[in-house]
Formats: sequence, C-alpha cells, structure tokens
Amino acid sequence: MTAMIDITNAGKTFVMHLQGGVELPVVRGVSFQVEPGECVVLSGPSGAGKSSILKMIFGNYRCDGGRIGIWHRGAVIDLATAEPRQVLSVRRSTVGYVSQFLRAVPRVATIDVVAEPLIANGTARAEAREKAGALLRRLNIPERLWALPPSTFSGGEQQRVNIARGFISDLPILLLDEPTASLDAANRAVVVELIGQKKREKVAMVAIVHDDEIRHLIADRIVDVTSFAAAA
Amino acid sequence: MAEPQVSLHDDQPLLVADHLGKNYGRLTACRDVSFALYPGEVLAIVGESGSGKSTLLQLLSAQLAPSAGRVSYRMRDGVLRDLAALGEAERRFLFRTDWGFVHQDPAQGLRMAVSAGANVGERLMAVGWNHYGRIRDTASSWLERVEIDTARIDDAPRTYSGGMRQRLQIARNLVTEPRLVFMDEPTGGLDVSVQARLLDLMRNLVSELGLAAIVVTHDLAVARLLSHRVMVMKGGRVIETGLTDQVLDDPREPYTQLLVSSILPA
Repeated sequence: MTAMIDITNAGKTFVMHLQGGVELPVVRGVSFQVEPGECVVLSGPSGAGKSSILKMIFGNYRCDGGRIGIWHRGAVIDLATAEPRQVLSVRRSTVGYVSQFLRAVPRVATIDVVAEPLIANGTARAEAREKAGALLRRLNIPERLWALPPSTFSGGEQQRVNIARGFISDLPILLLDEPTASLDAANRAVVVELIGQKKREKVAMVAIVHDDEIRHLIADRIVDVTSFAAAA
Repeated sequence: MAEPQVSLHDDQPLLVADHLGKNYGRLTACRDVSFALYPGEVLAIVGESGSGKSTLLQLLSAQLAPSAGRVSYRMRDGVLRDLAALGEAERRFLFRTDWGFVHQDPAQGLRMAVSAGANVGERLMAVGWNHYGRIRDTASSWLERVEIDTARIDDAPRTYSGGMRQRLQIARNLVTEPRLVFMDEPTGGLDVSVQARLLDLMRNLVSELGLAAIVVTHDLAVARLLSHRVMVMKGGRVIETGLTDQVLDDPREPYTQLLVSSILPA
C-alpha cells in the first residue's frame, strides 16, 4: 500500500537575520511514513519541533532539504519543492490542517467559516451549511451563535469552530496541532470520536497532543521527535 | 486557517512578466522582474514606499512602457500577446473590459460629479450597452453587491464616505466581468473598521468571480487575507517570493524578516 505521507530526511533551520544571522536549527533527518487510516502522534518536549514538522507537511514552512512526499490525486508530489500553485492544490483536495488558533476573517458568520472549505470544493452552499451545522451541534456550539463571527467567542469555542472547519472536508490527510488543548472533557470526547470516524474513512493523520489520555486513545503509532533533534 | 482559494483548472498563465525593468535616466525604479500569473490567482506585491512596487504595477498594466523586458497577456482568444505590440483597439478592450484598476484614491478611478449609477453604467456603455433600463438594473444590482444602498444610486460619489467610494470604484471595475484586476493600495486611505469590511468584500468577490488580481500593498495583513502568493520588493528588485503564508510565517530574507517583525500586534 502506498503511504499517504512519506517524509525522507527533511530538515529545517531558521536563520534570524535581525539577531545577527543566528541560526536556529529546529529539526533534521525527519523521516517517517503515514498510511491511510493511521494516526501518528508526534511526541517530544515543547520546542522539539513538533509543530514545525506539521507546518512542513502543510507547506507552511519551507524545508532546507529532504523530501515531503504527499499522495495527491493519484500521484506523489514533493511538497519540499512544489510550486505555490501545487501547494494550494494539495491543501484544497488532500491535506487539511487544524491549528490551535482560529484565524478568522472579520465579519464572516461562524456557520460560513465552517462551511467554507466545502463550498470552495464545489459543494452547494445549502448542503455545506447543513453539514457545518451538524458538526457545530456535535461540538456543542449553540445554534444562536452560528450567525455571529467567531472573533468574540471564548478560546474553547473558537477552537471548536476551528475543529469543525478542519473536520468538515473529506480530505485524505489531516494534520492536528493540539486539537483538544483548551476543551473540557465532554468536548475532548467528541474530538476523539471524530478522529475515530476519520480513521474508519481511511484518513491519514499526524497529531500533536500533550494529554496522555487522549494520546493513548487516538495514537496508532508514536514518532519521537527528539530523535530528529537538530542540535544533537 | 482562512485562506483564499485559487482555481487550478487553467494551466496556462494569464499574464507573464519577463525580465521587466524601468529606468528613469540613471535611476532604476524596477529591475529584472519575472513571474507568471494564472487565472484566478491573486498576487500581492509588498514593500515599503520607494521599493518600486507602484512602478511595477504601472508596467504590468501597460500604463508605463518598460525600459527592459516585456509583459504578455493572454487575450480572450487564448493567444499570449506582448502588451507593447497591441493595437489601439485591443488596448482599449483591455482597459475598458478585460481589466479593472482600483486606485488608492477613489477620486482617480471615479467621476466624482456624476451619479453612482452613471459611474457603473459608463463602463457598460463603453462596451456597447445601450438599453437604459438594463444598464440601470445592472448598476443597481452591483451597488447591492458592494453593499451600497440603492437609494443612493442617483447621488454623486462626492457625497459618499471614503469606504463607500472605494466600494463604488470596485463595482465600476467589476461590472464588465474583467479577468484581471490591478489594485494599488486598495485599503490605503480608510479607517481600520472600514478596511476590514472592504477586504472581506473583495475577498468574496475575487473568489466568486474567479478573478485574477495583482494587489500592491504595504500592509501585510491585506496580503495575507487577499493573496495566494506574494512578492517582496526592495530597491526595485523582487527579493523574495512564494506562497503568502510561507513568506509571512517563514520569511527568509533579512528585509522580509524585518517587515514581518515590524507588524504591531493588535
């Protein structure tokens, strides 16, 4: 079976020109694969480069070297060398990213923030909003808030809106950066369920979770990021 | 992460800049700029005053003749043509129909003394529309799309607020269904709250209409919200280019790092 994600020897160093060109090595020799329906959890202490690796897989951070192979529309594309247009195409139909923080456009209603990825992929607005509503309900966002922009919501509510937005599409790869960080037990359980559902749909996932209990519930495999420590 | 969508169905570039440069005597305003813009793609050109970004926009939109290199544009018949070699009729077609140009100062892009309806209708008449009722209906529906009360259709834009003027300018530009829109600091002179509304509107229109756009801005937040790709200019050169969130979240060049780190947190 072809891996959905196949990373070989990827590395990342920040060069801080404003601090006299100091080099900040983040990771090197990053190599692992993720199969369809598998959830790989990255482990390691804060600052070990877990989020950087997720951002490299999303094409948000550029790699210094190595290869980030993504199974995209029936072929492997190397995100480390892809053109901006190709990266956008990968994000549109293959890789989704759920960050800890919602970066919402001002004035857009919550329900539309959630429905947007589906609409962008050609789903009819009414159907997309219906799915968005179902997810928001499942994540315990009261219906009276759906028409409001999420910028005024609490941290936990914003995160749940973000999760709904991230889980609404049928993308074959999902990257999860602490999806349960500021949630209560009930909502954490919903996210665990959603992840289980994605596994059954053969979605390949890479996740960062600090909560041991959640990690135990969702991880099929753990990749220790300290083995990619650049400073070693 | 909210990001604009790009259509990837078209694999042929709409506009191609090839080693473009402009000198004023011994002063180089812009040099060696090359890139391709695809249908539905929004490119932001960022940099501080004097970086050459406005000169570049004028070169790209055929308002200024290059000293070096060339700009090619794919006409509606699918043929990529050198802008410098176009005939007068073809140039007119581009300026009146296939392109839009949104100026920072709406007074430059609007006729301030004639009604809002006429400002929008004029572009339609220029392309041969002559049925008054249809022109007025279309103008009125465009005012609605840009969130201007249609009761104000007969008022001249000099009676409008800054934000309304800018929205009217956008309606005037988009009414002919252009494929490419140039924007020069489109949110430049506006209050922050008015900016947010305008950005949201532009973002929706660009994605609904599948427009390609080249947006000159010194505001990185505008680039992030509107564009797929960004070019950073300094001293007349493009010093860094890439996917917008890559360049803004992982800037490589010293100058880009300075720009990104200079944003005041809200």
